[in-house]
Amino acid sequence: MSKPEAEIVVEDPAAPADDSPAVATRRTVDIVVSILLLALAALLAFDNWRTGMSWDSTGPQAGYFPFYLSVILAGACLYGIGKEFLARRQARETFVTRDQLRRVMQVFAPTLLFCLFTQWLGLYVASLLLIVGFMTFIGRIAAWKALLTAFLFSLVMFVTFEIAFDVIMPKGPLEALFGH
Amino acid sequence: MEAFGLLLYGFGVLLTWKTLALMMVGLVLGIFVGVLPGLGGPNGVAILLPLTFTMDPTSAIVMLSCIYWGALFGGAITSILFNIPGEAWSVATTFDGYPMAQQGRAAEALTAAFTSSFIGSLVAVLLITFLAPGIASFALRFGPPEFFAVYFLTFCSFIGLGREEKHKIVVSMALGLLLAGVGMDTVSGQLRMTFGSSDLLRGINFLVAVIGLFGISEIMLTMEERLALRGHAAKISLRVVLKVWKEMPRYWVTLLRSSVIGCWLGITPGGAIAASFMSYNLAKRFSKDKESFGKGRIEGVFAPETAAHASGTSALLPMLALGIPGSGTAAILLGGLMVWGLNPGPLLFVEHKEFVWGLIASMYLGNVVGLVLVLTTVPLFAAVLRVPFAAIAPMIVVSCAIGAFAIQNAMFDIWLMLVFGVAGYVFKKIGIPLAPFTLALVLGNRAEDSFRLSMIGAEGDMRVFWSNGLVGTIASLALVLLLWPLIAGGIKRIRLVFARGT
Repeated sequence: MSKPEAEIVVEDPAAPADDSPAVATRRTVDIVVSILLLALAALLAFDNWRTGMSWDSTGPQAGYFPFYLSVILAGACLYGIGKEFLARRQARETFVTRDQLRRVMQVFAPTLLFCLFTQWLGLYVASLLLIVGFMTFIGRIAAWKALLTAFLFSLVMFVTFEIAFDVIMPKGPLEALFGH
Repeated sequence: MEAFGLLLYGFGVLLTWKTLALMMVGLVLGIFVGVLPGLGGPNGVAILLPLTFTMDPTSAIVMLSCIYWGALFGGAITSILFNIPGEAWSVATTFDGYPMAQQGRAAEALTAAFTSSFIGSLVAVLLITFLAPGIASFALRFGPPEFFAVYFLTFCSFIGLGREEKHKIVVSMALGLLLAGVGMDTVSGQLRMTFGSSDLLRGINFLVAVIGLFGISEIMLTMEERLALRGHAAKISLRVVLKVWKEMPRYWVTLLRSSVIGCWLGITPGGAIAASFMSYNLAKRFSKDKESFGKGRIEGVFAPETAAHASGTSALLPMLALGIPGSGTAAILLGGLMVWGLNPGPLLFVEHKEFVWGLIASMYLGNVVGLVLVLTTVPLFAAVLRVPFAAIAPMIVVSCAIGAFAIQNAMFDIWLMLVFGVAGYVFKKIGIPLAPFTLALVLGNRAEDSFRLSMIGAEGDMRVFWSNGLVGTIASLALVLLLWPLIAGGIKRIRLVFARGT
């Protein structure tokens, strides 16, 4: 095997460790999700029963189709739960390890904050904050690079959507200052 | 031939500077999307869809479909250079593509991948050109029962032929159909499942769900893994390209077989992944030199790439002719069609000729231009991977939010996107497939309408679905597909009994 002349290498020092302890098994999550979906199915079935799930002179009522779908959904969930309980207990796959969960939260929490900020400050300011914050605190990238990237990206987005394509985004006090 | 004239007409629609420029933009964006980790064909198309809202439908579909071709090309770059399949259907490409790169034959592997993708989609586009108008004009005779039977067939084939656990496919599909029903009932005008919320009144938008399910959840999944990567830089010279092209005709059997497999599986829903694996395995089985597969054999790149592109392209056939998408991306394009105010289905060929033939012509041109573009700019795109994920991830989140908001100008949709993002992450990890959900959500209302219209027409008699030869055949075929696992199991058992008896 000849050594190729050029390589592209990207390191990931904060990668999740392989031996990190499991937070939840796949089986547990599977059962929890099935129960949640079962509850949803029950709720929707009730609502559709209230709307009317039978036949009248013009054919099926509005709740007919979704009511039976809720029943099918509930049935499939019950089957899944039963299957998981009857399955052999040894086979336990990890759903997520502690390190992995930490990393997922690192992206989920900022996204949640971003959505909140969008509501208050408008999308473009929120996007500036998200990119600066994410790059400096999670990516450990120099602050000036983060600021520059975030500013350019938000500006390009603003020009593309707001000016070139006429797609209007939620805006906050800052844009109001500039008369947008 | 009528199709030739119409195709020429399509090229006429296409050949304006504006459309050609949009095509280039679409291809470049698509390759970016295909190369970047945490993005891929369906997400890219879904996120970039808002860009097209103010365009006319023809320009919009040309740009979007070019994003899709670009993403398909881009997926091959990461598979071969970095051993990271950007998409599930690129997995088979890594088997021989990455070893080739390790041996310093990256340029050869890339040329092989791009060229065979081009051939695969060319075969599929030819198929669309000559088959789709016929199917569409046949489907013009369909009434509500026939349409419901076709929808039912689509759903059943997912359940019967899917590789995931059956009850999870059912969960995914039932959930999609249920959520499609939220909001105003189109037949009676009653409100359903809104629980008094004015935001739910509009219904759950398909594209918002897709952006969350594929975009946001994909970022979470990508973050969870080790992001370090090590790969090869590559430059493609004309000499290598010509060398591969000269070798190519020797593998015509593989190319042809893979194209046929790809087209066939592409038309049936969810086939691209199966197509690439199947054609790889068949190429291996029919080869005289089985041992050399997986060690950097060029045929091992030709086979899966041809099939993946053929199926990715032919997935648009049922979407155009019947209004039924054959893949996740086709489903999103279908969602786009509705946003632009077109009504998908066989009438498209009659009412919007310029749209349909412009799209088909753009498939030819887009693939030619795409091939030249990737062959010349690979080093540039491979370098994109040097950009740290910490910079890319927040930008993707922002793009997703813009996409979700723009569809209905609703803040509620951004929150909905987040919910779907978390759901998508969990679903993927516990093995609930997302494709049936997507398909059910986009087809749900139309399936229900056609069911209720046929029921109203037949006064509640279920036998309407077996009332004539055509609808009866489709409905029966659907039931066979639904019960296929049981039938296949039964046949196996009978065979065993006979084998023991003799």
